[in-house]
Amino acid sequence: MTSTLPVSRRSFLRVTAIAGGGMLIASYVQPIADLAALTGSLEDFTPNAFIKIGADGSVTITAKNPEIGQGVKTMLPMIIADELGVDWKAVKVEQGLFDPVAYGRQAAGGSTATPTNWDNHRRVGAAARQMLIAAAALTWGTPADECSAASGIVTHRPSGRKLTYGALAAKAATLAVPDLATVTLKDPKDFTIIGTPQKGVDTPSIVTGKPIFSIDVKVPGMLFAVFQKCPVFGGKVKSANLDVVTAQPGVKHAFVVEQVGTSLGGLLGGVAVVADSWWLAKQAREKLEVTWDEGPTASHSSVEYARKAAELAQGPAARSLRKDGDVDAALKGAAKTVEAAYFYPFLSHATLEPQNCTASFSNGKLELWAPTQTPANGRQLVAQALGIAETDITIHLVRGGGGFGRRLSNDYLVEAAWIAKTIGVPVKLLWTREDDMAHDFYRPAGFHFFKGGVDGEGKIIAWRHHFVTFGEGDRPGSSAGIQPTEFPSRFIPNFELGTSFLPLGVPTGALRAPGSNGLAFVFHSFIDELAHAAGKDPVQFRLDLLGDPRMVAEPDGRAGYDAARARGVLEDVAEKSGWGRRKVPKGSGLGVAFHFSHLGYFAEVVEVTVVDAAVKVNKVWVVGDIGSQVINPLNAEHQAQGGALDGLSEAMGQEITIENGRAVQTNFHEYPLLRHTQAPPVEVHFRVTNNPPTGLGEPALPPVIPALCNAIFAATGKRVRSLPLSKEGFRWA
Amino acid sequence: MAQCGACTVQLNGVATRACQTPVSSVGNAAITTIEGLSPDGSHPVQRAWMELDVPQCGYCQAGQIMAASALLAKKPRPSEADIDEAMNGNLCRCATYLRIREGIHRAVQLAATGGAR
Ligand code: FES
Repeated sequence: MTSTLPVSRRSFLRVTAIAGGGMLIASYVQPIADLAALTGSLEDFTPNAFIKIGADGSVTITAKNPEIGQGVKTMLPMIIADELGVDWKAVKVEQGLFDPVAYGRQAAGGSTATPTNWDNHRRVGAAARQMLIAAAALTWGTPADECSAASGIVTHRPSGRKLTYGALAAKAATLAVPDLATVTLKDPKDFTIIGTPQKGVDTPSIVTGKPIFSIDVKVPGMLFAVFQKCPVFGGKVKSANLDVVTAQPGVKHAFVVEQVGTSLGGLLGGVAVVADSWWLAKQAREKLEVTWDEGPTASHSSVEYARKAAELAQGPAARSLRKDGDVDAALKGAAKTVEAAYFYPFLSHATLEPQNCTASFSNGKLELWAPTQTPANGRQLVAQALGIAETDITIHLVRGGGGFGRRLSNDYLVEAAWIAKTIGVPVKLLWTREDDMAHDFYRPAGFHFFKGGVDGEGKIIAWRHHFVTFGEGDRPGSSAGIQPTEFPSRFIPNFELGTSFLPLGVPTGALRAPGSNGLAFVFHSFIDELAHAAGKDPVQFRLDLLGDPRMVAEPDGRAGYDAARARGVLEDVAEKSGWGRRKVPKGSGLGVAFHFSHLGYFAEVVEVTVVDAAVKVNKVWVVGDIGSQVINPLNAEHQAQGGALDGLSEAMGQEITIENGRAVQTNFHEYPLLRHTQAPPVEVHFRVTNNPPTGLGEPALPPVIPALCNAIFAATGKRVRSLPLSKEGFRWA
Repeated sequence: MAQCGACTVQLNGVATRACQTPVSSVGNAAITTIEGLSPDGSHPVQRAWMELDVPQCGYCQAGQIMAASALLAKKPRPSEADIDEAMNGNLCRCATYLRIREGIHRAVQLAATGGAR
């Protein structure tokens, strides 16, 4: 994925004195005039503060984004705290409410937290520091530039006088607010928190079993709900034995819910069962018998998709996305040509905490507690479905037991909200694992048909790519598209990319490193095939493909791909893994791949030993370039390791198959996650380059899949063109 | 059920999946949940987990900690094979396996240098 993130929103600071002599620093992303319009009157507005400094010197920093295990609740406050000039151990972090007026974009997705907040969070912290210094200078009657701040204390350097932030907060709150755009930032060499390893702020609560997850939320008087939807996506209830279900022990309500609108991402039809406990609701549902109108997609199946894709591959692509040079002529003149068909399956997100949401509706106001990754979308969806104003909805962001993109969709929020509004009592909706696997927004399966050619010197001169994916009209399904700028486009002189669509019927969505998690596999596997056809070393072949270290962009400057950064991580990972310098025993092999996604460049090497199709991954090496600063190295290493292991997990055993319009797999016995004994060591390095810092939840995942498959080829001579590996006869050793 | 191990508790010190254990079947056996492991997070496994910052999302970790502490109660110096056997039923969707293993080794050290329970 070659997206860029413009950060153009103008922020404003507002500082308020708080009772007892503290100060509160809030940032607004809209002009004050808009604020007044939104809230009725400015006086009524209780801002969500980024920073609270108490008269006792206590410092509270708000974490604004949803935390789903990516470490953002720790990382974003670290940025503010460093610029503010306090010690990290003195900081208390609080999760912010959903309040986009105060915080701007609040979302977990696309590895965007770092690139979109790095600069803004530094400025908020620096502005507060500047005001505290100004307050001290005023107290002493000295110039502000004779004062400096660190560890929550302002020091007048010539005289050595000191005042704490706590003592200065009341006065600082009365001062003019500096312009965020011109505030002086720290020199990165003076960072005291950014770049230091810091533990997750919730780690102590997690290891002592505190109820901090969405599934733990308790609201006084709440009931518990399960919701049965049609196993065929978007199917409707024709009839249901509600009387039987209502008569079950503990059941308070059982009712039919009609679909609202036509989107598979909104409220779908089904039967809600509400009881005194979740277990009773679930037990009662086992007695539920529904006659469904399964709708037009009940005939869809994975087998049929594959048959149609192969048929479409016989003809030209329905739409051309890119055409450079003359592929036919280049193929004719090529020294060697290779033709290959690749496939990857639908995948489920399988967050370990199933979808759940607690909702309370009274007096026209709705309150939600949810692990959503996109509260703004969630609020909009719920407001539309329930016919209430967005301003009447409060969303509490509760720690999610994993996200991986599943909670970008807010279907479970709207279900909980609907049930709460219907019964007028607070309710917790909790899905079973089986509900979760049956009703996901799956990583779309993809069918890729390639023809490539290399010249006598072993350079790729021709590349034709027909991608059969899912879509309607001219629009691909969610996360089922491809950019015409996706590498290796622009690095091969004769290049064609086109797509054809299979009909939509399975809801699809973003899974960790969307697009890239499948594309990296097919591109770097096929590039590997061409390397072997050319008789070249796979690393050298890729370096030759990248060519000179330069920026490659569209004529208008869009979609830049930095060949220097890609080369950098590739050369480093070859070096770290001992590529070409180590002899591996027979039956073992090394594979390599690199990928650019979510603004990060990652190259990875996997070493495997394969005995009778039993694959042991001996080690994975990861080199990433996420810019000039790794903000929290302790978490960064862990995210990169998790991403790489997640990729191995997907590659070996995971597939959602569709039969009769519904998902076949129901739980982890059919959808295996990697286990302890299967997890190899993952060595992680970051290459520091002079680029803005970027995010890390996703970009470490994509390259590991082709690196694994290329290693299997090196070890066995068997080229893997279809995932999962388990369907190709492989298993973990 | 008994698919992921996130609900692991201890029955008389043995790691057990709560989701497939009706309370009626427990009889007089002592049930230990993570809250009961130590009131203040001072158990060597909890201390090791904090020191190494083992969790990512954290959802599986109560189960991982209960499985690991049951193992260490039985085998204070477990081999890699012991760890494999005791832990393999506990899934971690975030794949924190490397730090979990490191955490068990660290807990062995912490227990040996005081702090054992
Ligand atoms: S830490 Fe997320 S499932 Fe284990």
